[in-house]
Amino acid sequence: MTIVHIIVLFALPPLLLSVINKTKAAFAGRRGPPLLQVYYDIAKLLRKGLVVSDTTSWVFVAGPAVTFVAVAMAGLLVPFGHSPAPLSFAGDMILFAYLFGLARFFTTAAALDTGSAFEGMGSAREAAFACLTEPALFFVFIALAKQTGSLSLARMLGSSLLLSDAPAAAPIVLMCIGLFIVLLAENSRIPVDDPTTHLELTMIHEAMILDHSGPLLGLIEYSASMKLLVLESVLISLALPFGSGLAIIDCCIFVAEALLLSSVIGVVESVMARLRMRRIPYLLTGALLLCGSGFILLAR
Amino acid sequence: MSFYLIVWAIILSAASGLAGLFFKRRGRAARSGQIACVLILVVACTAGLVGSVRGLFEPASVSYLLPWPSAGEPLLGLDPLSAFFLVLVFFVASLCSIYALGYTPAERNPRTSRRTQLFFGLLVAGMALLLIARHALAFLVGWEAMALSAYFLIVSEDGLRENRRAGFVYLVATHYGTLALFGMFALWHAATGSFELSPAASMDGGALCGIVLLALFGFGVKAGMMPLHFWLPGAHAAAPSHVSALLSGVMLKMGIYGIVRMLSLLPVLSAFWGVLVLCLGAVSGLLGVAYALAQHDLKRLLAYHSVENIGIILMGLGLALLGRAWGRPEIVALAMGGCLLHVWNHGLFKSLLFLGAGSVLRATGTRRIDKLGGLIKSMPWTAGFFIVGAVAICGLPPLNGFVSELLIYLGIFGGLSQAGTGEALTALAAPCLAMIGALAVACFVKATGATFLGSPRAPEAECGREASASMLIPMGILAASCVAIGLASGLVAPILDAAVGSWNTGETIALPGIATLAPLDYISYAGIGLVAAVALVSLILAIRFARWGSKTNSSRERTAGLNDSCRSAPTWDCGYAAPTGRMQYTASSFARGLVLMFAWALKPSPEPAKLRGVYPARLELETEVEDGVLGRIIAPGSRLLARLSQRVRRFQQGLTQQYVLYILIALAVLLLTLIPAGGVRAIP
Repeated sequence: MTIVHIIVLFALPPLLLSVINKTKAAFAGRRGPPLLQVYYDIAKLLRKGLVVSDTTSWVFVAGPAVTFVAVAMAGLLVPFGHSPAPLSFAGDMILFAYLFGLARFFTTAAALDTGSAFEGMGSAREAAFACLTEPALFFVFIALAKQTGSLSLARMLGSSLLLSDAPAAAPIVLMCIGLFIVLLAENSRIPVDDPTTHLELTMIHEAMILDHSGPLLGLIEYSASMKLLVLESVLISLALPFGSGLAIIDCCIFVAEALLLSSVIGVVESVMARLRMRRIPYLLTGALLLCGSGFILLAR
Repeated sequence: MSFYLIVWAIILSAASGLAGLFFKRRGRAARSGQIACVLILVVACTAGLVGSVRGLFEPASVSYLLPWPSAGEPLLGLDPLSAFFLVLVFFVASLCSIYALGYTPAERNPRTSRRTQLFFGLLVAGMALLLIARHALAFLVGWEAMALSAYFLIVSEDGLRENRRAGFVYLVATHYGTLALFGMFALWHAATGSFELSPAASMDGGALCGIVLLALFGFGVKAGMMPLHFWLPGAHAAAPSHVSALLSGVMLKMGIYGIVRMLSLLPVLSAFWGVLVLCLGAVSGLLGVAYALAQHDLKRLLAYHSVENIGIILMGLGLALLGRAWGRPEIVALAMGGCLLHVWNHGLFKSLLFLGAGSVLRATGTRRIDKLGGLIKSMPWTAGFFIVGAVAICGLPPLNGFVSELLIYLGIFGGLSQAGTGEALTALAAPCLAMIGALAVACFVKATGATFLGSPRAPEAECGREASASMLIPMGILAASCVAIGLASGLVAPILDAAVGSWNTGETIALPGIATLAPLDYISYAGIGLVAAVALVSLILAIRFARWGSKTNSSRERTAGLNDSCRSAPTWDCGYAAPTGRMQYTASSFARGLVLMFAWALKPSPEPAKLRGVYPARLELETEVEDGVLGRIIAPGSRLLARLSQRVRRFQQGLTQQYVLYILIALAVLLLTLIPAGGVRAIP
């Protein structure tokens, strides 16, 4: 099962981005790029040459490298639906959350390393908004730890609370909404960030990586899609806890659910506009409060 | 044996500065004097370090060294809890004193060098003495030696008015703290019948409450707990950097030690006190990091981060108290273990960061972050060590800060299984700690990015040069210990077990080992895996681009841009042709969003109104944020007090006649009070 988990972790992520693009194209009445387009893009970027800004230092390269490793390790800690995670221990959710912190430290530092004002802006926004999404994630963790009595992501996410624990259903639905907003924010999707905008002033994630090129950019895009999968898997385990008991079918169910969730993100992106930058903290505070009230309802 | 090593270390370090007085102030002789002092201090610290490391694994002992102040009462003693703090004192002090050789060479600072050296030794001796004190009097002697020598160190560069002011604020604050400690020990004597610091089995409720409150105040001032932190940013910014490192990394922990020690002597407290300490910790943590974000001065920023980390330490302590009140030994072990490990960790990475800031200050002559930038090129080692410290202080894996925060988190999560809604609500500390962590990441990305990354913003930053070996080696050792504790946390678990065990003397239940409660070995594997994988990815990238564009490509590949070349070019900057260093995002802009999010506490100056008219008036924006407690409570309060005192002043004008008049009036009043109510009667 470990091998299947690793294969899914490394092979599936670009497809999720493709599904989002496909959904958006469908809404706009276009055919959209082929489903494998993101794979082609990343493969091509990895084969390209590199242009490095002459103001940068090793931190510029450390950004993509650390992000990739941290996100991949977080992917090993999280269960994919009903299939357990390869690496699991009591307290692994803290490592899980802090690995994203490590990735953020080096991504934002790498952006500042180029000395460009645009990248500084992106980096400041990324760092600021994480201060609201990270506590939201911990609200979910304490609520789940309270409900399942376990300190490991495997048990916390794998016990299908929504189906088995009727009184806990309402708070969990609240937290799922909060988590969905966190998912959108952490993966720089609309309404928080627009990856396709042409104005660097209004971007977050894309503004931070303006100067990365070639393999470094490929690594960043790949890590970003992997982060999408990893955070989606948290939401899937909570919101869509369907399983069959058979390992291989569970795995297929998970992949289907991940694709479904990605198309939901595509729908959200199609029907909404990006929020104004100063509104975003309100949205994220809303997510924080949703997760917080979910916990308080459970603790009651 | 280990106890006597420590006693000798204290005597030797107190005397270490005296050696310098035998040398001339100026020239090479002064340098020899400084080297002699540092050598003596390092020998003393090594002896102390050996003694305290051995003391970690020995049972508690007390010693009746002198028949003073009263026979039969122990004066000094050693147990694993004291030894735990002593290790930090001696380790960091020796490294900071070596750093001083490069940072303040005696031949260039003839006026201050000998004095700084003398009080540095006294500060170390004072801290070590209070750690082994088992009698209130010995404790207070050590405490005041520490507090006063810290004052002289803070004002050692007393040519600047702001340094003198910072020193004065510190002096007043520390004496209020000491006053509270006198009160606390007086209550202690009243409740237990002696000044001996040994566990009290039971205590009257009122005395208990008074002792805990006075301890929280008196030691809280020293520890820099919010809202008693107001002296700290100024003092730490004013002191020479190696002293700031010792003050922030070690001296604040003496306040923590005081609280921890008093709580270990008192009987089990009710859950209320645990919640109180937990809340104080959370407030210190959140507001400390919020204030840090708003700073423009590198050393003030680091000082506010000490307030934040003291908050995290107090959160661990509060949880441990809760665990004791609930009778949950595993929470006590995890939370107290996290609290104590964070004491060590903060001592290591905060002194590392202050030393790094000192190197920047030495090279560029400025502490203002917005003038710096791009120093990673001229100071690669300093920058590397600073980044290690920054990652560690943010509590990120795989470094040491993560391990201690993990222990505290596990303690918080342990409280969830306690029955009752109120008990479960203590778990709100977890999101709070997560927010502190995320804010710390923002703050240290800002500090690191604006200081070391990008390009220079002002001419000052262009003249950066790498620090000397005597400055780099202490930083390297500190950085290495941060990595070591992060990657091999299993090795510190027995030390923590011993220290927590000796804290929890009142309890009869044996505490479970921390290694069995926390997944320390998994954390080590994950950390090593993380480092190895990052190294592997970097290696692959390096091999891929090892040959700079030497590979000949087919024309098809070349047109598609597919090659192995690595080209250097100016930053793209969205097509702008001539970017300059001053166009970079500044540290204050970086933090502005978060500062506005915390505007309710920080009260930043409002944005200026929009420009109006053809000839708009001059507009200014002040992004400096004043300390709320000092600027809005203490300073207006003391001004009010001074104004009231002015009124009293007219009674005292230095005229002898007037004083004779006062004596006469006093005499008359006294005589009048002697007159009995029934009227004057003749004396028979």
